[in-house]
Amino acid sequence: MGNCSCQNKKPDIVNKSNAVKVSTELSIMDITGRWKARWNIGRMNFKVKPGLYKTGEPDPGSEVFISSNYKMSFDILRKNLTGIDAWIIVLDTAGINVWCAAGKGTFGTDELVRMIDKTSIKDHIDHKRIIVPQLGAPGISAHEVKKQSGLNVAYGPVKASDIKKFLKNNLKTTDKMKKVTFTFSERLILTPTEFVLSLKYSPLFLILLFLIDIIIGGNGLEVFYKDIFIYFGALFSGTVLFPVLLPVLPFRSFALKGWILGMIYIITTNLIVFNSIQGNYIHMLTAPILVSFLSYNFTGSSTFTSLSGVEKELKLSLPLYGLSILSGVAVLLINFF
Amino acid sequence: MKYLKNIAQLKLDSDKCTGCGMCVEVCPHAVFIIDNKKAIITDRDLCMECGACQLNCPFNALDVRKGVGCASAVIKGKLTGSEPSCGCSATSNCC
Repeated sequence: MGNCSCQNKKPDIVNKSNAVKVSTELSIMDITGRWKARWNIGRMNFKVKPGLYKTGEPDPGSEVFISSNYKMSFDILRKNLTGIDAWIIVLDTAGINVWCAAGKGTFGTDELVRMIDKTSIKDHIDHKRIIVPQLGAPGISAHEVKKQSGLNVAYGPVKASDIKKFLKNNLKTTDKMKKVTFTFSERLILTPTEFVLSLKYSPLFLILLFLIDIIIGGNGLEVFYKDIFIYFGALFSGTVLFPVLLPVLPFRSFALKGWILGMIYIITTNLIVFNSIQGNYIHMLTAPILVSFLSYNFTGSSTFTSLSGVEKELKLSLPLYGLSILSGVAVLLINFF
Repeated sequence: MKYLKNIAQLKLDSDKCTGCGMCVEVCPHAVFIIDNKKAIITDRDLCMECGACQLNCPFNALDVRKGVGCASAVIKGKLTGSEPSCGCSATSNCC
């Protein structure tokens, strides 16, 4: 067969290649690292070094996969390359995942072309294909990459778990492989990060609450504890319940969905914990606003919101937020005098 | 799940479209189909303005207002008077 010789065409460079061999099995360290990142512990420093890697013993005919240097992205890719001899080029995306980095352009045409050059991947292979994850497409222009590097971009599946099917399907993605989902488990897994991030302003808020309740208001500790309870319940509602309940909450606007969830939260809490429907007017005004804001903030973690939409939501909700907070302060002042 | 109605800014110039299918290939929300050798927008409300189709259209037939649908990016953009950009970097928290 004529083209069989190609397998031995570049053995030297492949043997001498400085590609770093990686396992397709994740170690305990990899897994605890991923768990920590989900809880936002060292998430911004969960990186791998950009460069050329390999799984198994790739030869010049092996496929080339492109990844970002967020360790979670890289780990998920290599885990799904079990039993596959492949090259992996890790781009420098400052430790950000493929999709977010593509949106910013750091996972982009320029960086890809630079790394194609730097890793001298073209000396390692005798074909012209590279597999870029489809979620990298907002940063990559396939025809530009072709023009600048001579290599053809094949867009791979959204989920690395479809890679084997994609390879079997002659590097074609099916409609299902192309589609981004936002399933219950995909939303649930985001909630620890959301909750931990929302705690950032809590110390400041608690000090403020203490000042208003105890120092200015002259109330007992009981009022302060009640407010703290309502506050953390609102944080939990906005960062955990909201992502979980997203599809069943009415309306399309995240801020509005969140406000409704906030109202449900405060009314049920008043009924169950404090035995009264309206409870405290200030809680009724402010807790739904906090839940609404946290829900609106979740647009950044969702997979289907647009910039134009997020801007429109801000324009509509800011005046309402302001009005509610002002009313809350007014009630507070009326009670005080 | 769909986001707000009639808000996504996505335009397709059918005269320039050759029906190559790259937009279908890169769109994460199946906004396009190819019918009679031309791309068609099936449902604009599905578009999240990621910009992948525009960047990968070899014939400049697509125009998207590319950006991140991220509240903290939009708020940060308004406060600093810059373009909304997700603050993802090695030192700050985002997505």
